[in-house]
Amino acid sequence: MFGRLTWQAIPWSEPVPLIAAGVVGLFLLAVISWVFVKGYAPYLWREWITSVDHKRIGVMYCLLALVMLLRGFSDAAMMRSQQALAFHGPGYLPPDHYDQIFSAHGTIMIFFVAMPFVIGLMNFVVPLQLGVRDVAFPTLNSVSFWLAASGALLVNVSLVVGEFARTGWLPYPPLSELQYSPGVGVDYYLWSLQISGAGTLLSGVNLVTTILKMRAPGLSYTRMPVFCWTALASNLLIVAAFPILTAVTAMLLLDRYLGFHFFTNELGGNPMMFVNLIWAWGHPEVYILILPAFGVFSEVIATFSRKPLFGYRSMVAATMAICVLSFMVWLHHFFTMGAGADVNGFFGIMTMIIAVPTGVKVYNWLFTMYGGKVHFSTPMLWSIGFMVTFVIGGMTGVLMAIPPADFVLHNSLFLIAHFHNVIIGGVLFGAFAGYTYWFPKAFGFQLDERWGKCAFWLWFLGFYTAFMPLYVLGLLGMTRRMQHFDRPEWYPWVLVAGAGAVLITLGICAQVIQLAVSIRNRALLADLTGDPWDGRTLEWATASPPPAFNFAVLPNVTGEEPYWGMKERARALAHLLTTEPSYEAISVPRNSPTGVVTAFFGVFLGFAMIWRIYWLAGLGFVGIYAAFVVFAWRDRSEEEISAAEVARLDRSNRMMRSSVLAEEAS
Amino acid sequence: MSMVSSFSPVDPNRIGHDNRVAAAEAEVSGRGAGGPAPKYIVVSYGFWIFLLSDIVMFSTFFAAFQVLAGQSPEMAPRFDLNDVAIETGCLLVSSFLCGVAALCARRRNLMTTEFFLLLTGLFGAGFLLLELKEFSSLVAQHMGPADGAYYSGFFALVGCHGLHVTVGLLWLGTMMAQIWAKGFRLDILRRLVCFSLFWHALDIVWVGIFSFVYLMRFAP
Repeated sequence: MFGRLTWQAIPWSEPVPLIAAGVVGLFLLAVISWVFVKGYAPYLWREWITSVDHKRIGVMYCLLALVMLLRGFSDAAMMRSQQALAFHGPGYLPPDHYDQIFSAHGTIMIFFVAMPFVIGLMNFVVPLQLGVRDVAFPTLNSVSFWLAASGALLVNVSLVVGEFARTGWLPYPPLSELQYSPGVGVDYYLWSLQISGAGTLLSGVNLVTTILKMRAPGLSYTRMPVFCWTALASNLLIVAAFPILTAVTAMLLLDRYLGFHFFTNELGGNPMMFVNLIWAWGHPEVYILILPAFGVFSEVIATFSRKPLFGYRSMVAATMAICVLSFMVWLHHFFTMGAGADVNGFFGIMTMIIAVPTGVKVYNWLFTMYGGKVHFSTPMLWSIGFMVTFVIGGMTGVLMAIPPADFVLHNSLFLIAHFHNVIIGGVLFGAFAGYTYWFPKAFGFQLDERWGKCAFWLWFLGFYTAFMPLYVLGLLGMTRRMQHFDRPEWYPWVLVAGAGAVLITLGICAQVIQLAVSIRNRALLADLTGDPWDGRTLEWATASPPPAFNFAVLPNVTGEEPYWGMKERARALAHLLTTEPSYEAISVPRNSPTGVVTAFFGVFLGFAMIWRIYWLAGLGFVGIYAAFVVFAWRDRSEEEISAAEVARLDRSNRMMRSSVLAEEAS
Repeated sequence: MSMVSSFSPVDPNRIGHDNRVAAAEAEVSGRGAGGPAPKYIVVSYGFWIFLLSDIVMFSTFFAAFQVLAGQSPEMAPRFDLNDVAIETGCLLVSSFLCGVAALCARRRNLMTTEFFLLLTGLFGAGFLLLELKEFSSLVAQHMGPADGAYYSGFFALVGCHGLHVTVGLLWLGTMMAQIWAKGFRLDILRRLVCFSLFWHALDIVWVGIFSFVYLMRFAP
């Protein structure tokens, strides 16, 4: 009846996950009861859960990422504290649990923090920058988000019901085969990735179509903001790479469930094929994450240097070059597999070549700042912190691109230091820069600058304190994923790294405080004009937060940096904004619970498959099918906002802008 | 909080920006793209992108099959090529009938559209039956997916295509009911276009399977 699921699935004897789950459960219960007691539930359902508005979905993606960041970071804090305590001793985490923690940490940080964060930013910003009203497929967008949330939920359920994988963030066979990992941990990993991966793929299809087919009149390719270009490159990579992940996880599932022999030791299986296939997805994946971050930095640096981006075309060329080259370097993740000198040599050289377009970008950002009037606000601090940090991470990466050096450093803490150097210093700093930069656009008030700067410096110093020692430890021979150790020369560096984790914890606290303080002072921090940073691209041309339809009239783009051009002309004539366009009624897509209902059944499907409760899995599938049929059968897919309402919403924003312009002129 | 300043961009050389037309383009609008594309274009374009991703997934299964089959070619079974030929015929005829149904839908002829969609589905089901027959005979000969890596690769690749055909049949049936109930609404016609694309793409994948899985054994 319940497959492999019994009461023994709950780890009664392990206090750490039980306490953690208890705290999370209580917190969730508190939030849910608060929502119901205050009567917010209908509002949440109507305006957020069933919303198909790309801005709302983008915000929910970022929220998911921030919540999961807390989970992923607590795993990191446990690993650092375990190693600090486990010198000549067992520490407080048994090996079995420690292995689950490092596996969960990597899985969560990549799939449920970095991915939702960049997809959320792209979802929110891209249609606004393109000057259009929504993405190409709004309901599909909601489905994508809720599938990502389902995957995240399944990973968290594994904390109390059963176990998580002990196989690292990429479950290499034969270890991950049923023979060596008989529990449900790997199944949790595989099903949550299948479900959230389907969401990511649909989201990629959606954004590629949006960027290529839906742009404001006049917004030709060479006028698109660089963030749109990097979003295009990133989503093209999603479309091309995520199917490989789907296929390779499906193969491992077939091995585990139906006794196939893709990656087994016997009957002709080939475990090395898994390593090849997973990295054929995995290397493009790192560029899927970093390219949108590059886009954020390009927007932020141009805005806060008060200059157009230096070398726009070389930036676009570099982005697209990275997009193509990212598929030609995957083998550098396993030089030690023994593919031979020629193959290793080819991939080593390709890896060095892909650093070139990235170098072009760094110079472009530096030259954008050169001669500009640089304003050191929080997003700009993250960007400068990124440039310094990322260059170091890039250089250690090129160092490891030399196969003989990689043979020494493979699987050592040097590697761990390298990829945290580029992912934290690149992706996460970029996500934080974007979060601070676009927060006023999303909510109509800015984030507190003082706490923002405080968070930046704590993160920045914390990062260096936590990860520079890992480079040293790697060179001293310490390998990754060690539950305990007894080498005295490693101990001080491990302690320093632990101190760095404490600094990062403080940085996260500062970010939580920043959010709370900003919400409390939102009246003071309000962004009335919709253009708090004196921006250059179209998202700043509409109100903050933008109305459901984004733009009352689609902007007519006449050059690069369209909004800057409009402002220039308005300043020259002092009062261009007073000529009012003729407003027309606008159709917006109707809300739909399809996404959340699909995800609801998706969670049941995933959970049932993990525990081999096949009748429940069947019900889950039928539920998903029914949700789609109900969606396909509906008669009204759009709602109309009357011309009078559009005019009312737009006039107040125009009035505010005109008064600022007048103030400036006087 | 506004930071609006009168500081204008200082980049006289405009390096990396379009210099040639910079002056001319200042007043020109609508260059390049004329606003968002109409919905029928957006929908079919998006579905094309999805199909491309699907083909990437198939290519992964193709690659895995080639690797595993290449490692143990002695495991290759003697396929019943007559059945495979009939399967191929079913699928191609089904695709042709799907095209005829699309033409009928363009003329808004409900009865003929439904009729040809039904035929499309029947030929698709015929294909599936033959495939299942092949699968069960292989399993009976101890050449099932759990009996060796060659068969794992074979069953996954061909089965993935079969699963696509099954999903396509479910989609087809649902859409026939929908056309019956709702008529030729614009959104339903767009879905019909997507279905045709899907059905034809499965043919292309089958051509790959037919060549690389069934016929390659005869290559010297």
